[in-house]
Amino acid sequence: MNLKIALVGNPNCGKTTMFNALTGSSQYVGNWPGVTVEKKSGKLKGHSDVEIIDLPGIYSLSPYTLEEVVSRNYLLNEKPDVMINIVDSSNIERNLYLTTQLLETGIPMILALNMTDIVKKRGDIINIKALSKRLGCEVMETSAVKSEGCAELAEKAIALGKSRQKPKPLLIFSNDITETLSKIESIIKAKSTTEHPDFYAIKLFERDEKAIEQLKLSDTVMAEITALTASCEEAMDDDSESIITHERYQTISRIVSDTIKKKASTGMTTSDKIDRVVTNRFLALPIFAGIMFLMYFVSVTTVGAWVTDWTNDVLFGEIIPPAVEGLLISWGTAEWLNSLILDGIIGGVGAVLGFVPQMFVLFLFLAILEDCGYMARVAFIMDRVFRKFGLSGKSFIPLLIGTGCSVPGIMASRTIENERDRKMTIMTTSFIPCSAKLPVIALIAGALFPGSVWVAPSAYFIGVAAIIVSGIILKKTRGFSGDPAPFIMELPAYHVPGAKGVLIHMWERGKSFIKKAGTVIFVASITIWFLSSFNFGLEMVDTNDSILASLGMIIAPVFIPLGFGTWEATVATITGLIAKETVVSTFGVLFGFAEVAEDGAELWPQLQMAFTQMAAFSFLVFNLLCAPCFAAIGAIHREMGSAKWTLIAVGYQTAFAYTIALIIYQLGVFFTGGGFGIGTVAALMMIAVLLYLLFRKPVSQTKAGQKQLTPVKEI
Amino acid sequence: MKTLRAVKCGESTKVVKLHGTGPIRRRIMDMGITKGVDVIVRKVAPLGDPIEITVLGYELSIRKADAELIEVF
Repeated sequence: MNLKIALVGNPNCGKTTMFNALTGSSQYVGNWPGVTVEKKSGKLKGHSDVEIIDLPGIYSLSPYTLEEVVSRNYLLNEKPDVMINIVDSSNIERNLYLTTQLLETGIPMILALNMTDIVKKRGDIINIKALSKRLGCEVMETSAVKSEGCAELAEKAIALGKSRQKPKPLLIFSNDITETLSKIESIIKAKSTTEHPDFYAIKLFERDEKAIEQLKLSDTVMAEITALTASCEEAMDDDSESIITHERYQTISRIVSDTIKKKASTGMTTSDKIDRVVTNRFLALPIFAGIMFLMYFVSVTTVGAWVTDWTNDVLFGEIIPPAVEGLLISWGTAEWLNSLILDGIIGGVGAVLGFVPQMFVLFLFLAILEDCGYMARVAFIMDRVFRKFGLSGKSFIPLLIGTGCSVPGIMASRTIENERDRKMTIMTTSFIPCSAKLPVIALIAGALFPGSVWVAPSAYFIGVAAIIVSGIILKKTRGFSGDPAPFIMELPAYHVPGAKGVLIHMWERGKSFIKKAGTVIFVASITIWFLSSFNFGLEMVDTNDSILASLGMIIAPVFIPLGFGTWEATVATITGLIAKETVVSTFGVLFGFAEVAEDGAELWPQLQMAFTQMAAFSFLVFNLLCAPCFAAIGAIHREMGSAKWTLIAVGYQTAFAYTIALIIYQLGVFFTGGGFGIGTVAALMMIAVLLYLLFRKPVSQTKAGQKQLTPVKEI
Repeated sequence: MKTLRAVKCGESTKVVKLHGTGPIRRRIMDMGITKGVDVIVRKVAPLGDPIEITVLGYELSIRKADAELIEVF
């Protein structure tokens, strides 16, 4: 018999640690269908017939956030056999709020009282038996960090799943409301076939639009229910949502005061003391800058860079290719096959795998920052700056990491809870010039702007401006419209992160990149290799005569308004999709050099002939802002969890790059005496469109309100 | 009407009523800020917004604009 156990609980209650303890290494990480909320499931250790599903961390079963809706639909529609409700006992009142709602679903439930060591240290005593009796479900003490009590918990959950004993309904509400609720419940029982009439009675009383939609009751029945609700509201002089929430918390506070002996507060906890320094008015920003610098320094410039350089230059430069080449020659394989394996597969995938060590170092840092509680403080400190252009305070980290490499930067957006903020961050992270774009900047600056000091800084300036402008523009579009996400965020107590949890966290993220992004990159690299190595007669030729060169000539006119409509520049831009620094080596190949320096100094004379200064700058801007490399596109796909949103992201970036490059080139030509022409008109029109998008009113509020209520369908 | 926004750092107060509508208001309630609950304002973020408060024994950060929805004594 297959048994499904769902883990439910607040964020920061130790749910993920518990999931790791229960499943060990047999985990599957994916997305819930159609949304970018992560879904984790796995087999219980030692029981291949028991599946454990880790639901997203939630505070309530309200219909307003994606995580809540996903969890609620799962519980009501997929009907797990048992729920394990994990409760952070050091924060028991707020955690039990979700518990009261879970009990109403009627699904057999065990309550795991986690982190009791903190409570004991505080000197509080929890009467477990009394608590269990009051809640009407089994309560067990566990410590997920030390894996204590987890095995017993699983055994009890299995037994409960087999006996299917439903929890006793908890008496929460005062008499008047209970009476109204039971009236609504009997109407639901008569008019609908739902298995959860008691749950839906409360939801209809709260005017929960999702529940109303799901029950599909007729208008007259709904009017009857609304009348009952309204008369109750009038009697209590409050709205139904407030009445329900208030009474839940009142009941909880009675239960807690009867079952927990709290020692008189002894002032500041260690966590309070740490927080007093870390988020201090004057110290917060310097400490934040210090931590960010350390993280960047270690993962991007020192340890990460050493390992990445070694992987790129030694492992995929001196060790693997010669070895494979030797092997292939000894086998006497065909030349095209050798080229496919060496240049196409090892070259392309190797360029991407080189980033993996760097990413692991970074993910280690992120896991530590998240687990110890500092990540929430990052949002607290930076919120003011970022929310102005529609991003979250936590967007700072992806953008900072993005200066090293967009791939881990995009993956770092995982720490942003709000879906809209996360998508927006994913879409804008690659605007920041990453380290692979530096050779392109060096090439253009060196060849056409010798001695100029402003080209490189302007690349960063344009990147930051692109993020701000995009943030404001996207915030006003339909896909991102709606009320600003409520920033009402828990600041969890600091604690020392567990080594195991941090390592699993790091490994999970790294693995998912290698797997998912790897496939995209693999196919894309082979495609570009094929196009640049063969002509239409399928004979192996130099890049100059390849299919790619022919395609370049066809596509090149598209770039004429941008000033660089040559096939060489087009081909270089396309090969930049493999890795941005490839732009430099492609120019090398096209201009007939076997090997070029990192800044392409050999190419400068040729580039000076091929480009004007304006065209070169426009080329640079386009390459900085347009679709990132395949590795980053793979990361976008991984994080968005949908092909549609990946296309939207890449399409937006490329369109934005085209617009900005066109404006810069055409106005540049105009102001340097190129005369007024169609191009100038186009540039002025695009500026007008940009200004309109920047300053128009956001999409209307009613539409936005509906979006909030039906997020799952919209995506 | 006095709102949570006007409460000074280090001061403690009691919630009277919640204003506003929809997701923000529900979220405020879900996090335990309901009628009659004690709230302590702990500090203001270094850049002046949001603020940090203690409610039901845990720390919560909330923007000043949202704190205006919370009427207090």
